[in-house]
Amino acid sequence: MFKLILRNSLRHRLRTALTILGMAIAILSFGLLRTVVDAWYAGVEGAAADRLVTRNAISLIFRLPLAYLNKIKAIPGIKRVAYGYWFGGVYIDEKNFFPQFAVELQNYLDIYSEFVIAPEQRQALLKERNACVAGRKLAQRFGWRLGDIITLRGTVFPGNWELVLRAIYQGAEETTDETRFFFHWDYVNETLVKNTPAIANQVGWFISQVEDIDRAPLIAAQIDDTFRNSLAETLTESEKAFQMGFVSMTKAIVVAIQIVSYVVIAIILIVLANTMAMTARERQEEHAVLKTLGFQGRHLVVLIAGESVAIALMGGVVGLIALFPAAHYFRTALGNYFRVFNVSDQTLLICLVIALMVGLVSAIFPAWRAARLSIAEGLRRIG
Amino acid sequence: MATGEAPPILVAIDNLTKSYRRGSQIIPVLQHVCLNIQAGEFLALMGPSGSGKTTLLNLIAGIDHPDEGTLRIAGVDISRLSESELAIWRHRNVGFIFQFYNLVPVLTALENVELPLMLSELPRRERRAHAELALRLVGIADRQDHYPRQLSGGQQQRVAIARAIVTDPVIIAADEPTGDLDKVSAQEVLDLLTRLNQEMGKTIIMVTHDPRAAERASRLQHLDKGVLNACAAGG
Repeated sequence: MFKLILRNSLRHRLRTALTILGMAIAILSFGLLRTVVDAWYAGVEGAAADRLVTRNAISLIFRLPLAYLNKIKAIPGIKRVAYGYWFGGVYIDEKNFFPQFAVELQNYLDIYSEFVIAPEQRQALLKERNACVAGRKLAQRFGWRLGDIITLRGTVFPGNWELVLRAIYQGAEETTDETRFFFHWDYVNETLVKNTPAIANQVGWFISQVEDIDRAPLIAAQIDDTFRNSLAETLTESEKAFQMGFVSMTKAIVVAIQIVSYVVIAIILIVLANTMAMTARERQEEHAVLKTLGFQGRHLVVLIAGESVAIALMGGVVGLIALFPAAHYFRTALGNYFRVFNVSDQTLLICLVIALMVGLVSAIFPAWRAARLSIAEGLRRIG
Repeated sequence: MATGEAPPILVAIDNLTKSYRRGSQIIPVLQHVCLNIQAGEFLALMGPSGSGKTTLLNLIAGIDHPDEGTLRIAGVDISRLSESELAIWRHRNVGFIFQFYNLVPVLTALENVELPLMLSELPRRERRAHAELALRLVGIADRQDHYPRQLSGGQQQRVAIARAIVTDPVIIAADEPTGDLDKVSAQEVLDLLTRLNQEMGKTIIMVTHDPRAAERASRLQHLDKGVLNACAAGG
């Protein structure tokens, strides 16, 4: 039976090759689009459960006074607190976008232990007021080396900011974002104190590390209670919820990508179903002969579904093989937008399951017709 | 059983009626057909196109259902069998030979002959041995690894005959087995069918237009407009 299925699937080589190619492209597209969605959620997935983010309750664009730091530190159960803000500078040209943060580096690097820095680099970074640290991929992108001067043109904070690259961090895990850029909050604040004191001594957010994950919601409520009825009320949430807030802003794009990925699968499903219907129609007489020999409807269902699944799986496997170089190309070409772009095991499994399901669903109608076919009708002869 | 006693009735057809529907039109094909066929008989069914001979053969071979009447083969009323029961019955009792051979093009001669045995529980080695024996019987063992497209019409029909006999069926049903063959090949196929009937005692029911083919049969029946001329005479 297996031999017959395999030989049947190769009977029209060109048709089979084109169908396999179509299936491969569909699975490749689906896999890539799913990886794009995964990359979108990479920040959320990378969030740690023991980290809380405190921001202005009105909006992230409103800042909080640095004076809140000691009050947050005083709340029982908090291990460390760091703070910072989004810097949003331009490096040479606007197209060279990368995420830049001015942070209180000592505690920040302790809290984000997944950013691994060599001890001597860390020491140099913390000692120098205009030192900065870049992720490995970011440094690779611009060819930076330790000691290089990196000048950022401020957009939120006007002026040219000269920074010295003193450290390059590596991600502890494959999914760790290696495209971020950090430097001392103090360096920015000192300038603001001199030039624009009205916006000095403020932070965009505090990030707290808690001792006990189970108590994190309670501590978050305690932080917000501390600043209730103050001029700048706070909103404290888990880092995951905080990252999710960013993703939610672009949810429509994610949904659109997901819809497109399913449309691609629906199209190949129709193409394969049409191919199988055409194939079964061409072999109607042969199916009638098989039935004459004693084959039953269920045997024909196995033959047709087997052929359909074989073609779909061949296409699926080719698509998955092509997915890895395609993902590598995406990672290289679109690394500015997607910090992490890895094909997950789950995506591979889903692609295979989809290929299998497309094969099975495509065979339903032709198999049903073949199973119901009357032999006399199939032989098309009434003598 | 006393010597000289007539062989038992293998096929007993009584008052068989069959019609087809084309849209709203009902076309009667067989009308009240009665026919008995003895075991070991070689029966030729003749008649003009549309007379119902293939339909009658299909009914006897269990590949179609009658509208009315009874059709008993070796004591089994096959008109009462369900589709799946009929499929199993066909597999065990009938070998069918088609006019256009109807071999599976992607399988070799040996694999085509082995095909009906795939439904049995025989192990692969035994299936092969049976298929090789059937090909030897029809004299085409040397072509067992050839695909149908690599064989002549006569050779393909021999493979089809081997496929029909490989399960050792009770009845061989042949629908114009020489209709697509040249004169020499047709003679070879008829010689083969005669041997199967005379040497192996197979009951053969053959539909044919060719009077020379019909001459090989031990009995001839004419159908005309769905009526078997022998019915009136008691079949």
